[in-house]
Amino acid sequence: MIKINDLHKNFGNLTVLNGITEHIEQGEVVVIIGPSGSGKSTFLRCLNLLEEVTSGNIYVDDEEITDPKVDINRIRQKMGMVFQQFNLFPHLKIIDNITLAPVLLKKMTKEDAEKRALELLDRVGLRDKADSYPASLSGGQKQRVAIARALAMDPEVMLFDEPTSALDPEMVGEVLDVMKDLAAGGMTMVIVTHEMGFAREVGTRLLFIDQGIVMESGDPKEVFENPKNERTKAFLSKVL
Amino acid sequence: MDWWTGVVTEFERCFIREDRYKLLLSGIGVTIKVSLVAVLLGVIIGFFIAVCNLSKKKPLKFFGGVYTDVIRGTPAVTQLMIIYFVVFATIKWSKWLITAIAFGINSGAYVSEIIRAGILSIDKGQTEAGRSLGLNARQTMTRIVLPQAIKNIFPALCNEFIVLIKETAIVGYVGLVDIQKAGDFIKSATYSAFMPLIATAIIYYVLIKILNLGLKKIEAALRKSEAR
Repeated sequence: MIKINDLHKNFGNLTVLNGITEHIEQGEVVVIIGPSGSGKSTFLRCLNLLEEVTSGNIYVDDEEITDPKVDINRIRQKMGMVFQQFNLFPHLKIIDNITLAPVLLKKMTKEDAEKRALELLDRVGLRDKADSYPASLSGGQKQRVAIARALAMDPEVMLFDEPTSALDPEMVGEVLDVMKDLAAGGMTMVIVTHEMGFAREVGTRLLFIDQGIVMESGDPKEVFENPKNERTKAFLSKVL
Repeated sequence: MDWWTGVVTEFERCFIREDRYKLLLSGIGVTIKVSLVAVLLGVIIGFFIAVCNLSKKKPLKFFGGVYTDVIRGTPAVTQLMIIYFVVFATIKWSKWLITAIAFGINSGAYVSEIIRAGILSIDKGQTEAGRSLGLNARQTMTRIVLPQAIKNIFPALCNEFIVLIKETAIVGYVGLVDIQKAGDFIKSATYSAFMPLIATAIIYYVLIKILNLGLKKIEAALRKSEAR
């Protein structure tokens, strides 16, 4: 579904991604862990071209999105993204946050989009917040709305960029529960996270990224129990 | 009551005799006309220049940069005189309209910086969220960034309006009779400086006070829509 071929990314003289080749299949839940500054968030942000790639190719459904001629807006509609800082639109009600893109991009009529938005809000347990503004929601609630907003475009894959890192500890669980639901429903997901327990439980594959390359990849339980790479061992011994 | 009688006589001599108050009234009309058109033009030009300045396209960026640089680097009087006596030398448009265009061009440079700063004040995450949903750059700007930026832009824009109105007091340089010039004429005709100049100041003050109250109301309404 997503093929990444020898992906490089530099910020000026700084090399952040140094040749990543990966293949993400439909239905996979790929969890990405690694020390801060390792390039894991940059890697995720390259997948929908929020970061311009320096070299290498990315294919989504066999279409090369790193081709400058491709209509990236059309590709992005297939890829939902959830941010660490939620990035809800503060000037819009919750329901309008969710319906904005589907209506504007003519995926749905206003009525259908609102119906769908309420279904999605139900799914994340926030139907009663439809007419509130983001400012009145807690962090965990905001992130659940952000997930609903991304799902409203019916994406084929969901990208999560440290979705629980900005949350108070007691709110992490409610967001992870929504993500677990999604995974159980067969959604293809790529998740950058520091939640090791979640990574182990929900991930179907784990990537350990450090120094801009994938140091180790494999079944999460296996990697956690028996890391092969020295750097993975060192990292896990610090965080577990 | 000698002092009071003196004031009344002086007032009568300056403003009532020979219907001189009419000069001030028409001056108020000119100031308002010029300011209104200049503000509108300034906002339109300012928005366009802000878009140029924020653009990634080199020629647009260059044009926007030169525009702001030149306008902000030269006095408004000089610009007004160049536009009136050079650019429009052979074009017979009405005096006040040419003047309003000159002030619009001037104000545009300042407004562009206000709008640019307002847009930049919105967190980059907002743009990223919009783009990640598949919105294009223009949709993201008009539906997500600008509606939020306007709340930051508006107060600074009000300030610019007020500065602009006072700035128009130089239109006498091209022979247009606004409030300032009317007061000046009365001063020359009556050989009295105090009454006409104080009256000029009071008229400007009251005009701006009224405008300020109106703008405050609009600003409060904008803030209200931000409620939870």
